[in-house]
Amino acid sequence: MKQLRLTVSRARRGVIGLAAAALLLLGAACSGDTPQTAFNPRSDYAVEGLNLFIGIVIAGVVVGVIVEIVLIWTAIRYRRRPGDALPPQIHGSTIIEVLWTTGPVIVVGAILFFTLPVIFSSQAPAPAGSLNIDVTGHQFWWEFGYPDAGVLTANEMHLPVGQTVNLVLRSDDVIHSFWVPALGGKRDAFPGHTNFIWLKPDSVGEFPGQCYQLCGYSHANMRERAIVESPSDFQAWLTSQQAPAVTPTDPTAAEGGQLFQSRGCSACHTITGTPAQGKVGPNLTHVGSRAVIAGSVLENTPDQLRAWLRDPPGVKPGSVMPNLGLNDHELDVLVAYLQSLK
Amino acid sequence: MAVVSAPLSHAGGMVVAPPTLAEPAYRGLWSWFTTVDHKRIGILYGVSAGAFFVIGGLEALVIRLQLWTPDNTLVSAQMFNSLFTMHATTMIFLAIMPMGLLFFNYMLPLQIGARDVAFPRLNAFSYWTFISGGIMLNLSFLLGGAPDAGWFGYANLTTRTYSPGPGIDFWMLGLQVLGVASLAGALNFFVTLVNMRAPGLGFMRLPIFCWMSLITMILLLLAFPSITVGLILLMFDRFFDTNFYSVPHGGDPVLWQHLFWVFGHPEVYILILPAMGIVSEIIPVFSRKPLFGYAVMVYSGIAIGFLAFGVWAHHMFAVGLGAIADAVFASSTMLIAVPTGVKIFNWIGTMFKGSVSFKTPMLFAVGFISMFIIGGLSGIMHASPPADLIQHDTYFIVAHIHYVLIGGSIMALIAGVYYWFPKISGRMMDETLGKWNFWTFIIFFNITFMPMHWTGLLGMPRRVYTYGPDLGVTSLNQISTVGALGLGFSVLLFVVNIFMSLRYGEIASDDPWDGATLEWSIPSPPPVYNFARIPTVHSRDAWWAMKHPERMHLDPMEVTPLAGSPGHGTETAHESVAVATADAPPTVIHMPSPSYWPFLCALGLPIMATGLLLSDSFGPMTIPLFAIPGLLLLIGSIYGWSYEPA
Repeated sequence: MKQLRLTVSRARRGVIGLAAAALLLLGAACSGDTPQTAFNPRSDYAVEGLNLFIGIVIAGVVVGVIVEIVLIWTAIRYRRRPGDALPPQIHGSTIIEVLWTTGPVIVVGAILFFTLPVIFSSQAPAPAGSLNIDVTGHQFWWEFGYPDAGVLTANEMHLPVGQTVNLVLRSDDVIHSFWVPALGGKRDAFPGHTNFIWLKPDSVGEFPGQCYQLCGYSHANMRERAIVESPSDFQAWLTSQQAPAVTPTDPTAAEGGQLFQSRGCSACHTITGTPAQGKVGPNLTHVGSRAVIAGSVLENTPDQLRAWLRDPPGVKPGSVMPNLGLNDHELDVLVAYLQSLK
Repeated sequence: MAVVSAPLSHAGGMVVAPPTLAEPAYRGLWSWFTTVDHKRIGILYGVSAGAFFVIGGLEALVIRLQLWTPDNTLVSAQMFNSLFTMHATTMIFLAIMPMGLLFFNYMLPLQIGARDVAFPRLNAFSYWTFISGGIMLNLSFLLGGAPDAGWFGYANLTTRTYSPGPGIDFWMLGLQVLGVASLAGALNFFVTLVNMRAPGLGFMRLPIFCWMSLITMILLLLAFPSITVGLILLMFDRFFDTNFYSVPHGGDPVLWQHLFWVFGHPEVYILILPAMGIVSEIIPVFSRKPLFGYAVMVYSGIAIGFLAFGVWAHHMFAVGLGAIADAVFASSTMLIAVPTGVKIFNWIGTMFKGSVSFKTPMLFAVGFISMFIIGGLSGIMHASPPADLIQHDTYFIVAHIHYVLIGGSIMALIAGVYYWFPKISGRMMDETLGKWNFWTFIIFFNITFMPMHWTGLLGMPRRVYTYGPDLGVTSLNQISTVGALGLGFSVLLFVVNIFMSLRYGEIASDDPWDGATLEWSIPSPPPVYNFARIPTVHSRDAWWAMKHPERMHLDPMEVTPLAGSPGHGTETAHESVAVATADAPPTVIHMPSPSYWPFLCALGLPIMATGLLLSDSFGPMTIPLFAIPGLLLLIGSIYGWSYEPA
């Protein structure tokens, strides 16, 4: 009796757990407070992948629930009672084996039937006329290049809604993986190889993502934002990015501009229209126009920018940008300069 | 039972004295270093695995505490990367595999009616090599930093350029040492199972645990060479400036991934097949029915072993291998789900119409099935590449892994401990504590890992020391952390049960569970020679057949262990044995002698490794300085070993 009560109460616990989980799932589907959820597909590629996933999940859950129920029922129904005789010594049944082998074959066959076309269609070459965006992974930030426009930026990837884009994925150092959940499935940025994701975003908005392949100490700090905007907004942004850097008028910012060149920043960073042509770190020509910095981990505010410049490895362990030992005045002028580069 | 020697006519070998006399070769600490007895080596593996399991568990608890809240600072990013690397490496190589080795060592010879394994000194060598590899791996924490590039150590992060410190060297050398231990053990058990079965014990009469173990040995033999090659290439890249994985010089990190996963996927079947074997032993005994579909269980195990080598690139669906490769591996991965599912149905079929007793071993065995269903199904969800690209490298995969490894392997191994503890120690484990252990385990396990399915789908990546507060996964992480602490408590109960039962447990009979297999036909714990007389086997479930021949439709005249002894055919199996040996003429049972050569030989490899490890700090001269003595010790010990009389 005690065993029965324990087993039944366990079944009840299981049901409550399942219900709670289902509620949690429903809550999670709303993207407001879970911006990196996979359940907020905002492109054709994302919708296709998610639909396949949900289909498989439903099949899996149905099969799982049935088998679990059969298991638990069997355990309860055939529990030993005092005085039980020896049960029939059944060794097996060929027909049953055939049936319950065929069943799983049909289920996985069905999953394959729906999977295989999606594999081939999603990995076909991008349609002609797609907008090419070069996505390059570095330790620990994402670089975005628009080769047709000659634009290089970092952290934020702008996309026009309703137009197919072809993300060309590369890595400068180790293996990274690029994923903005709202835009569809991930793909590695693999050193020595070029990968592709092409997709057509269908909604305006800002969608976060991050690196999904262990790439070092600050793997957790390597994030990005995809900004999908109307075609005209996108064009306006692209045009502004093509312009060379703004020459600062404010004296503090101007001093920062000179310090930038003399203090060694130009060894790693490019600011178009200035002698700074370094290719190691992000292109900073229009860094003032970005909302996030430092691999999208920090907001682009004076305080956060200052904290970053003061000690980059302290903010992001393993950061390739070293601690330059900048004093307070140097930090003031550099922050003013960088914020002016809109 | 008395087995006594007539005057010995040959030197060497150990003569077994009547049990009333103390056996001097088996006393004292030194005897543990020289033992070649499979039962003692099994215990060594079991104790070591237990200790490493606790270490790996503590590493997991620190991980979960760090992830309690976003932007937490309990541990540094570097330490966190070391913790998850060591947690996985420890659990896979130093806990689950050695726990399997506890059972391979102790039970395989008993189940096949043998007195030891085919190569007892090689067996000891495997153990000493394993423990030295495990110690070396963990010493890294104290000697310059533990490895921190994940248990899978993807190149090119692991090359000298991106991981300059010694951590990866410890990992790479430690795994090579462990690989030697695994290969030696696999050869040993393979030969044992093929060559040393008792008369009449044909392959299709083997206990199902023996079958699953046999397949596991084949997987080990074929898979470990792949990772060994990968590690040697990495060693050359790191120490001798080659460029196998270095992109600027024409190397390709994808080579590492292939070499690793050709090993890595069979490895997970190495982790689960023995567990399935254990559960396949327990369920029939506690259902009082034979295993349903024995032949199908064997064939599906073989199918799983074979297919295991055809699915490895499902770990690489995000790499961009191309649509054809993705399609092929998706298909093979789906296919391997079929024999796995069939096994689950056969276990349920065994219980069906049975008389099921829910003692602790059975609770854990049924819990295994329940949790493995969930883990297996979540695995199918990532067998489809487009769906996998949503789950890959997120906590969804972490959930799957732990459902199959903890809910699967660990629960089955714990079941095996509860089941075979009486045979090994002569005492029963406490039933009440066992039930508390089981229920706390399964409840807190689910609290920890079920939420991770959602955590992953909400976008939290794996292997991150922190996450943003805006991600919306904070409460899920906290639930998992609470669950992990509870799971730790349950493991504590298990450890307490073991120690208490060793001391105060109820004395066990030879056959407390009415077992089906031969290990239950000998005393608990077994005498050093296991079987006074090697039994002759007439059917599957050999011990059930000997106890109750009519159930197996066998002629009682045929199955009593000792044809020709007085009154055979009428007395029970136990009585036959007692009568026969009392009347039997004196015999000599030649047991393998203890030896210190395996221990010495095993030291050679870590000594050689030390030279490489020290070269980081002291220059390349340390390499030959240690490699030469290490190699001399290795070769010299093999020489001494081969000239030692068996």
